Amino acid sequence: MAKNVKERPFTTISGVPIDEVYTGPVPDPGKPGEPPYTRGIYPTMYRGRLWTMRQFSGFGTPEDTNRRYHYLLSQGQTGLSVAFHLPTLMGYDSDHPMSAGEVGKCGVAIDSLADMETLFEGLPLDKISTSMTTNAPATILWSMYLAVAEKQGVPWTALRGTIQNDILKEYIAEKTYIFPPRPSMKLVVDTFEFGTRFVPQWNTISISGYHIREAGSTALQELAFTLYDGIEYVEWALRAGLKIDEFAPRLSFFFNAHSDFFEEIAKYRAARKVWYKVMNERFHAKDPRSSVLRFHTQTAGCALTAQQPNNNIVRVALQALSAVLGGTQSLHTNALDESLALPTEDAARIALRTQQIIAHETGVTKTVDPFGGSYFLETLTGQMEKGCWEYFERLDAMGGMVAAIEQGYPQREIQDAAYTYQMAVERGEKIIVGVNDFVSDETPIPVLQIDETVAASQAAKLKELRERRDNGRVHDTLHALQSAASAENKNMMPFVLDCVRSYATLGEICDALRAVYGVYEESII
Amino acid sequence: MPERIRVLVAKPVLDGHDRGAKVIARAFRDAGFEVIYTGLRQTPEQVVNAALQEDVDVVGLSVLSGAHMTLCPRILELMKKEKLNDVLVIVGGIIPDPDIPKLKELGVSEIFQPGTSTADIIAYIRQHVRSNGQH
Repeated sequence: MAKNVKERPFTTISGVPIDEVYTGPVPDPGKPGEPPYTRGIYPTMYRGRLWTMRQFSGFGTPEDTNRRYHYLLSQGQTGLSVAFHLPTLMGYDSDHPMSAGEVGKCGVAIDSLADMETLFEGLPLDKISTSMTTNAPATILWSMYLAVAEKQGVPWTALRGTIQNDILKEYIAEKTYIFPPRPSMKLVVDTFEFGTRFVPQWNTISISGYHIREAGSTALQELAFTLYDGIEYVEWALRAGLKIDEFAPRLSFFFNAHSDFFEEIAKYRAARKVWYKVMNERFHAKDPRSSVLRFHTQTAGCALTAQQPNNNIVRVALQALSAVLGGTQSLHTNALDESLALPTEDAARIALRTQQIIAHETGVTKTVDPFGGSYFLETLTGQMEKGCWEYFERLDAMGGMVAAIEQGYPQREIQDAAYTYQMAVERGEKIIVGVNDFVSDETPIPVLQIDETVAASQAAKLKELRERRDNGRVHDTLHALQSAASAENKNMMPFVLDCVRSYATLGEICDALRAVYGVYEESII
Repeated sequence: MPERIRVLVAKPVLDGHDRGAKVIARAFRDAGFEVIYTGLRQTPEQVVNAALQEDVDVVGLSVLSGAHMTLCPRILELMKKEKLNDVLVIVGGIIPDPDIPKLKELGVSEIFQPGTSTADIIAYIRQHVRSNGQH
């Protein structure tokens, strides 16, 4: 049976029409390591250095996750990436009523500096690089990391890593916002300024398309909204008086690797080219490092199926291959069981092995941008770039991304795309193996269960901490934080650091800021 | 002409994954249902209050964060207290197989796991609303 021709019309997964065959000529994409960097940011790419294998991981207590980190590093992982549980991301302590049922579930529970010390026990911070997925409370979790470095005797100048810190995509897609956009943007700019001065090797933001795509956007929307978020951050930093070449080299990006192989590679290539032009033509950056787009990639969680979960190993391998052929700087490969739960140790190991097989067995690392000059891929890359500029024009006309978010524009675009995709799947125009075709009986696989003892353990630690610490000092640092927040012109990082060092909890610090900044509530679109 | 089926689509507490909830809400509207979407970060009390105020036939809970075994029992308990006994409760999201019988025992009519088509959920609601034998 010719299943492959069931799909009509011929489009990418994002709905872009695909021709039967592509012919030349196509524009010369230039050389890797040279502007506009379409073919890669380094002349030698993976011949010089492989991408960082950085598996996003976190669950249960800080002790549980610390053990998983030691395990992953022992298996050849080359960088850490912290997944925090929802209460931490939303600024609540584990013993807050809003945290009920969530403690340790979607990530690791971190309530105070004491938990962060446990999380990095036995992990010298000058020897590893760490990415932290934290947005609304990014200043707080970064401060905790900096305070752990102080305790380990590691100078901040030796620290390498990334805070996600991309609040715009929270309003657009991921929805773990706390404060309204304007004070949130100020906090982001504060981290740029602080990082430039004191933590020069740190990526102070990872401007993320991943979650935009997971929320249902097309590949083009992911690219355009993410790069335009980048523009918005630069505009805010310039308005705050920062110089472009002081902070732009520390901006980094994060994209999704979805299932449409060529469309994804085109997206990464177009991303580099568009960002180069933005930095040069719009912002007149002089330092060459300012206009180089470096990015992390994660394979698409939303493309995993709960049905026949072992098939996900194959999906992840192909998605990861597109990220590598697209020139990613670091990569997370999802585990086969992540449509069901957080990964077991076995599933996490297979995910890491998938990257190692691509790196060491397939040979794709041996030459740079092997698809360069392909009629099809260069055409797709050009279409992606053109579509991006069209979105930029619309967003400029709306007055920028904060204004567009307030009007619900990117949210509506993504919602429409998600619905269109779902209906195409339900009509059988898009086939998902094991879901709407090739269905078969299956036996359940073992999944990781997080029990409620995590919540009890965190609550006990919090109670003990609140008794043990110098509560007068906590009160004073929180008071100073609020005064600084009200003043509006002070960089908040030193004040957050003082709160963290006094063992104020994450929830207490967020409450203090909520009292000044207020909380964001989205209007329903 | 029968009255339009009224459905509350709810996202309880911290979980912000709203792609599914929004797709479902739109599919329900296209199917002719009256849909009330709560928005994010609703406490169990707020969800039940909305169900009461809006006089809905169906409450659809969307949970992808793993907190369903805490949140669903709490919401069902509050619904019983408010005597919302003939309201159909369905749950969608990342719900592991072993939790399904436990949720059904508590009064959830059906659980829809990842990959379910919206058409199947709509058909289920049409079939079970108000005539659900469990209630």
